[in-house]
Amino acid sequence: MKKDEVPQDLSSLGKITKELCYATDSSGKYVAALSSGWDVKITALDVAWGDIEKRIAAAKQKVLNKEASQLLFFMEYRLMDISILAGYTGFWKWQIKRHLKPEAFDKLSIQKLEKYAEAFNIKVEDLKSMTIHED
Amino acid sequence: MKTDFEHRQGAHCESGVTSNLLSIASNGKITEPLAFGIGAGLFFAYIPLIKINNGPAIAFRTLPGFIFNRAAKSLGIPVVRKKFSSKQKAKTYLDDRLAEGIPVGCQVGVYYLPYFPREYRFHFNAHNLIVYDKQGDNYLISDPIMETTHTMSSYQLERVRFAKGALAPNGHLYYAKKGAVITDDTIKEAIKSGIKKNIYNMLNIPGSFAGISGIRNTGKKIKKWRDKLGIEKSKLYLAQMVRMQEEIGTGGGGFRYIYAAFLQEADAYLPGNQLAEISVLFTQAGDMWRTAAVQAAGIFKGRIGSQEDFNKMGDYLLEIADLEEDAFKKLKNIKWQ
Repeated sequence: MKKDEVPQDLSSLGKITKELCYATDSSGKYVAALSSGWDVKITALDVAWGDIEKRIAAAKQKVLNKEASQLLFFMEYRLMDISILAGYTGFWKWQIKRHLKPEAFDKLSIQKLEKYAEAFNIKVEDLKSMTIHED
Repeated sequence: MKTDFEHRQGAHCESGVTSNLLSIASNGKITEPLAFGIGAGLFFAYIPLIKINNGPAIAFRTLPGFIFNRAAKSLGIPVVRKKFSSKQKAKTYLDDRLAEGIPVGCQVGVYYLPYFPREYRFHFNAHNLIVYDKQGDNYLISDPIMETTHTMSSYQLERVRFAKGALAPNGHLYYAKKGAVITDDTIKEAIKSGIKKNIYNMLNIPGSFAGISGIRNTGKKIKKWRDKLGIEKSKLYLAQMVRMQEEIGTGGGGFRYIYAAFLQEADAYLPGNQLAEISVLFTQAGDMWRTAAVQAAGIFKGRIGSQEDFNKMGDYLLEIADLEEDAFKKLKNIKWQ
């Protein structure tokens, strides 16, 4: 890639920092060049997030239908699978699977709810009410 | 104690950290491309059995940790590396090194990194940064992919050092021991050894998931994605591949440009070995990876998507495999001058 062809399509990262990449100057020598983003990878990231948003919406509907507990919603929101959540909370996977059922979730002690809230970086009342504050 | 440390931005986190940590010992000679090449960083692997964010695991670089390890070992720099089961011990150990004036490399998870924008925060646990000082409860952070330095509270740092999931860092830290000196002769030998290791990784790893045969195999698979996965899932897979190839930390073109830059710098240390000429082949490979990314983008944007378009996509990878095979064979045939 030539230095003057380094793409400068502003990405959400580009607003915070430019990315360094290696490109050739007019004599063919490699130099470091800064890029503020590239349309191709902005779209790739959009595709990934589009899929995540769909999963979050589906999880929300399941919780509203009482088919799953609020855990499912926040797992999708925080992109966590059961093993990641088990890592953060210290619960066994089978415990988490049980807590994914609304009946079991509703009976959880405050200490257990706090563990989940900390893993998701939210407050217990937000966990219960399925409320998100953008961060 | 204030550490003797200068933040320099890099393209890739681990080679950037390596280059910055070794900059005192090497008097600034170990640039990021040199660290990447000596660390034999270039790779390709497609592991269909492992899923990341519901997509395939595709890597364009070696496993996390290898670049620093190999670079330091080849350059004869003694390193210390530690993992911890106790968060408190991990913090104390880091604090003690900072008090001695030693900048420390840390493996961290990206998800709860406060200075990353949300769109870039995934549960990716093989990111690397340098902690170079502490002021009160705040740590001063040099993250090589960022233009400037950042600060993190002790809670924020603990959270990312003990991120969970695949490749969990467990407080993993590493640093170079003080007092080591790197000579030009050491660098020359380290370059040769890094190139040899990279030749092995790309040409000789058995199986069809890694190296040149991995690229070829992936090219053939992509042609079948449309029928096998359906168009929607194929879009997700292609988007994931493009992100692994081009996203922040690659230097562009799936690390091929940074490797080309390495060979160019290596040529200055070891003239008469055609390294500059071979470097041009890797620039071409990087350009072709980007052309393939544009084709992939056409598909995941929904602008194109016929079987013909998938065939073209797969053929790009087959062409790249031929080109990179040729380039690595040329490296293999060097009679070192």
